Amino acid sequence: MNIASTTCGTRCKAMSLVLAAVIGALFGGGLIISGMTVPAKIVGFLDPLHGWDPSLAFVMGAAVLVNAIAFRWISRRKHPWFDVKFHLPTRKDIDRQLLAGAAVFGVGWGLGGLCPGPALVSAASGSATAIAFVLAMLAGMLLQHRSVR
Amino acid sequence: MSTSWLYASIGGVMIGAASALLLLIHGRIAGISGITGSLLQRSTSDRAWRLAFLGGLAAAGVVAALVHPQAIGASVRSLPVVIIAGLLVGFGTRLGSGCTSGHGVCGIARLSTRSLLAVATFMATGAITAMIAGGAS
Repeated sequence: MNIASTTCGTRCKAMSLVLAAVIGALFGGGLIISGMTVPAKIVGFLDPLHGWDPSLAFVMGAAVLVNAIAFRWISRRKHPWFDVKFHLPTRKDIDRQLLAGAAVFGVGWGLGGLCPGPALVSAASGSATAIAFVLAMLAGMLLQHRSVR
Repeated sequence: MSTSWLYASIGGVMIGAASALLLLIHGRIAGISGITGSLLQRSTSDRAWRLAFLGGLAAAGVVAALVHPQAIGASVRSLPVVIIAGLLVGFGTRLGSGCTSGHGVCGIARLSTRSLLAVATFMATGAITAMIAGGAS
């Protein structure tokens, strides 16, 4: 299949969105099966002092391996199926925002045991604390957007 | 740890495959904080695929609640701490341009120096925080 968005009609657009939803479900299913939606497991992985659970290293290991192989193959294409070009990050500079942001994110991750993907999945499952976490996360995002304006 | 490494690997393969497919089909990086955060910005065009992707992600949570609710773990913290954690995750991922998926899964796979440094940083502060805060409170 080789459809650039300029030639993508209503049917083709609908198809691209159905595929995006299926991919989202696959991603979410992966988070659930791997144990990323269990905060105690995340904290147990990050904290080697209180009975370390290294199994989550396999999640990132497997995901990176599959993605790295696929990425090399996909990036040989001129453009993706439903767009005229790839939207890849181009920045190479190491700035203070990158490191400070990652540091702040890590503190929140180690504290709550949830990162954005698993938080959204858990909130959708109806977990009240996960819903509170997601609302706070969205507020944090908005706060950051405002701070740069 | 028993068979949990096996489930972790199967889940990891699914996450990696989903990230690769999003790149193949839409040409996008599967970074959850970026996809979510940009929906909160007025300047973002191209909202449809983001909403569709997050809809699928949420559907997985709904199915888990119906089929295997134990897969969604209880919070390890009290509500005020959960809210503080959420705020830090939201602010930090947007300031640092990514989270476990965008920097972790996609960035490392692309051998991005920015992502490698970001992952090393959030793993370190995450570990220090988890060690200080302990398993539950």
